[in-house]
Amino acid sequence: MRDFVQNFPLFSIVGCLLSSSTSSLLKGRAAKWVNTILIMLVGAMSLCVMIYCLKNGPFVYIMGHVPAPWGNEVRGGVLEGGMGLFFSSIMLLSMMGGRKKILEEIEDTKQNLYYILVNLMLCSLIALVYTNDLFTAYVFVEINTISACGLIAIRQIGRTIEAAVRYMIMSLLGSGLFLVGVCMLYDLTGHLLMSNIKESVALLSASGEFREPLLITIAFITMGLAIKSALFPFHAWLPDAYGYSTISSAAILSSLVSKGYIFLLIKIIYRVIGFDIVHDSLLLNVVFGFSALGIIFGSVSAMKEDDIRRMVSYSSVAQIGYIYLGISLGTKEGMVAAVFQILAHAATKSMLFISAIGLTDASNTSRKFTDLTGSAYRNKIAGMGFAAGSLSMVGIPLFSGFISKLLFMRAAVNNYGKMMPTMIVLAISTILNAIYFMKTVVRIYSPERNLYEGREGFVKIHTKDQVFYTITVIIFIALNVALGLCSDPILDLISKGLDMFA
Amino acid sequence: MFGENLLNNYAEAVSMIIFAIGFTNLLLHKNLIKKIIGLNIMDTAVYLFLALKGYIKGRTAPIISNGVIEADKYINPIPSGLVLTGIVVSVSVTALMLALTIRLYKRYHTLDLDEISFRLRKEGR
Repeated sequence: MRDFVQNFPLFSIVGCLLSSSTSSLLKGRAAKWVNTILIMLVGAMSLCVMIYCLKNGPFVYIMGHVPAPWGNEVRGGVLEGGMGLFFSSIMLLSMMGGRKKILEEIEDTKQNLYYILVNLMLCSLIALVYTNDLFTAYVFVEINTISACGLIAIRQIGRTIEAAVRYMIMSLLGSGLFLVGVCMLYDLTGHLLMSNIKESVALLSASGEFREPLLITIAFITMGLAIKSALFPFHAWLPDAYGYSTISSAAILSSLVSKGYIFLLIKIIYRVIGFDIVHDSLLLNVVFGFSALGIIFGSVSAMKEDDIRRMVSYSSVAQIGYIYLGISLGTKEGMVAAVFQILAHAATKSMLFISAIGLTDASNTSRKFTDLTGSAYRNKIAGMGFAAGSLSMVGIPLFSGFISKLLFMRAAVNNYGKMMPTMIVLAISTILNAIYFMKTVVRIYSPERNLYEGREGFVKIHTKDQVFYTITVIIFIALNVALGLCSDPILDLISKGLDMFA
Repeated sequence: MFGENLLNNYAEAVSMIIFAIGFTNLLLHKNLIKKIIGLNIMDTAVYLFLALKGYIKGRTAPIISNGVIEADKYINPIPSGLVLTGIVVSVSVTALMLALTIRLYKRYHTLDLDEISFRLRKEGR
């Protein structure tokens, strides 16, 4: 007899699917409520799964009463539950912060479609987190791609459609490679379930058979997921997709979608291939090179931008580089740092996007830096949010970004070969981050001195006109500070979850 | 002997070459329709690969006929199932890509993605 909590992962996935199909019949407002309640429910269920697994250890849920080598499975653990909880809370906050913009920028008849896409997105993220079957993972990767594409293209301007097409092309290249990798892995091992594949791969690697095919398989899967999560140099679609879509989409895309793929990659490294085999394959060195380049080039591109949202988007390229840097260090400390960076970046980047929209709203929706002077005085809460996010990105103590930088440094010390390059890259990137983020903060806090007198749209936005928005930004700041101050219990959870993976 | 593996697995090698052709088409072609054709070539190559992997010489499709129920008379049915799933995914993705292409064509009257990007940058919005 299984405990009731073990049903929760499946309930979350099926609940999302059901609510997306029912939302197609509802009007925009009702769909909005269904969406909000759904995200809260999924978060609560993930929390239950996490607490349950802390007490009783991980569990495997067999679907349809077909046992292991044939049936489909869902797996729950501390890290899975925690990620589910985190993803749904960030999604809820992103939706809350961008509510007004959704109403303004999306046609009335398409309002409920937007919420359907968000439900599907949540569904695929949760499924990627919980699934124990590689082919199911592939199917949900595609659902994720399609809904992300919809989230970009639903705001009907030329830029977003072009961005959606570019995103789609890159994503399809990535998922094609991932699919080939999965098929070759099936060919080599004869299994699709993660735990079964791992046993066979361990046997193969011990006997030294099929060494090259196995290496190519790992390379295909890693590269596919890296392309999908916009690792440098596959990031060309990113600034347009994040920069011009409606703000909730930008926040969700930057903080959750790419993270879902990275989480899947971490899961595959631990639960499918085996950490030692990946480490011995030397493939991580290639990833290391790309991530180091990504950190530098992402920051340099961000510096060159004069558009606030594109700047924040380019900084994502650098941050994704950090996550891959942690993975490629090839130690457990590196992996813990990478997972923490997933959390820190998701919390910070969505806050930056949500705050940036508040600043541009107070500046006649212009996103150019020249028009943003003093905008933090016109929209106080957005200015606070942007400043807090910037401090976190630069790595000032008290905020989450500091902890992740500290963890990367600590992890790098344990890896002799990569210590120097990691330190140098981190140092350079911190300086570059400081330059472009602090430049923006100084700009938005410079007094305007009647610069915009008589120009339309440069108005003060009062707190009472944007209650929901204010609450969202305050929660975001609190979440960031919480991640920065109470990092020890969170790191403990991450490390426990990674142990449960192996 | 060199090339022995290649001769034994020539069909797999062919499917990988087709995959590479589709992949490069999707990556490098400027024309959106040709990109979508590349996408379909790429996916079909994967299905060919899967079908090859499921096939066992001298056996038939796993549908019970003439009362034969021994498993060793039939080929592996799982890859066929995977191919079906894959086809569903690829059809929906193709449909979405075509829909977006139509949108872009109506706006800009061209299928050249680089040209569209160039014009967007010139508009500066």
